[in-house]
Amino acid sequence: MNIIDRHPIGAIIAFFPLWIILYLILRHLVDGIISLTGLAPGERLTEAVRFFLYEVPKVLLLLTMVVFIVGIIRSYFSPERTRIMLEGKPLFAGNILASMLGIVTPFCSCSAVPLFIGFVEAGIPLGVTFSFLVAAPMINEIAVVLLFGLFGWQTALIYVSAGLLIAITSGFVIGKLHVEKYVEDWVYKIRAGNITIEEVNFTFKDRIQSGFTAVKDIVGKVWPFLIVGIGVGAGIHGYVPENFMAGVMGKSVWWSVPVAVLIGVPLYSNAAGIIPIVQALLAKGASLGTVLAFMMSVIGLSLPETIILRKVLKLPLIFIFVGVVALGIIIVGYLFNVIY
Amino acid sequence: MIIKVLGPGCMNCKTLERRTSEAIQVLHLDATIEKIEDFEKIASYGIMRTPGLVIDEKLVLAGSVPTVETLKEIILAHRSMA
Repeated sequence: MNIIDRHPIGAIIAFFPLWIILYLILRHLVDGIISLTGLAPGERLTEAVRFFLYEVPKVLLLLTMVVFIVGIIRSYFSPERTRIMLEGKPLFAGNILASMLGIVTPFCSCSAVPLFIGFVEAGIPLGVTFSFLVAAPMINEIAVVLLFGLFGWQTALIYVSAGLLIAITSGFVIGKLHVEKYVEDWVYKIRAGNITIEEVNFTFKDRIQSGFTAVKDIVGKVWPFLIVGIGVGAGIHGYVPENFMAGVMGKSVWWSVPVAVLIGVPLYSNAAGIIPIVQALLAKGASLGTVLAFMMSVIGLSLPETIILRKVLKLPLIFIFVGVVALGIIIVGYLFNVIY
Repeated sequence: MIIKVLGPGCMNCKTLERRTSEAIQVLHLDATIEKIEDFEKIASYGIMRTPGLVIDEKLVLAGSVPTVETLKEIILAHRSMA
């Protein structure tokens, strides 16, 4: 039993001020360290080191805070409750609700199959189920934190809205295509009923604990990706010439968006590794729409999840699913290249 | 006592299986652990999150990987019921 388990509320009261102080003095701390090393300001190496030393702790701090808060919020949701909320909802309204629930319901891609079956069994339309399955991985707290920390809140907001839009429309489109026959037949035969384990009555203390558990689980898992990603990003920042990417991922290159998606779909990385690299590319002349499309296809459409879904979906539906979502991402990419 | 770990073989499922067998060893219980990887069978228990834990055909856990300590408590609680 450690201190967090025994006094979760006391632990928060101790951690909050510490977090704020660290966050506020970080910039000065890094500048201090840089001047101690005797690296000349403005030099490539200095700026790369400064970027790395500042961004790694900053993003880790932000991540810890957000994962903690999201952990508490998620303790109010469960796939079982989400299913109940979605039951009997008509197509369009159901798609909107499912996409939003996709953000807050705890979900990991290995649970995609049991969740899918649970939804089908409850009679939730396939289109609504797909809205959930698109939104859940694409809009995750790690992506949002990194976008907020490295790009600013505007980009984070754009990403979330674009993700929601794609989840809602692609689910709606799949719903209209009447693809029920492409679900594996055994899925319809399962009659498990509503066997639910007794829901434990969570006290607020328990919820705070689940916040801490989420931090331990998620931050504990992603920090190596984060360090490598920011390291590569720092290298790009310091050494890749300005406008280097403009010729490949720039606005004027019409094929950059579909190519970014084609490369992004089979590529499987978590948000923590990919976003710092992408941020550095943006600074070197890549356009926002292209970068956004790349990011969404890497995070939102992953090969492992697709392979898992193959257990319940016949091949044509797998292609429809990937195709519709990829098309949505491409449209969003072009849209942002035009707007910005 | 028959304990089933429901999961397709992801990280969490393997961890749960390992911790369950650890808990049984510590408790000196006569129990067999079965790993259920088939989705059809997993789904028939009605869970929407993996990994799941089933003790003597009763679903006791879904979607979380508790510590060995907590697992011991869960196993003991369900043994006394039987």
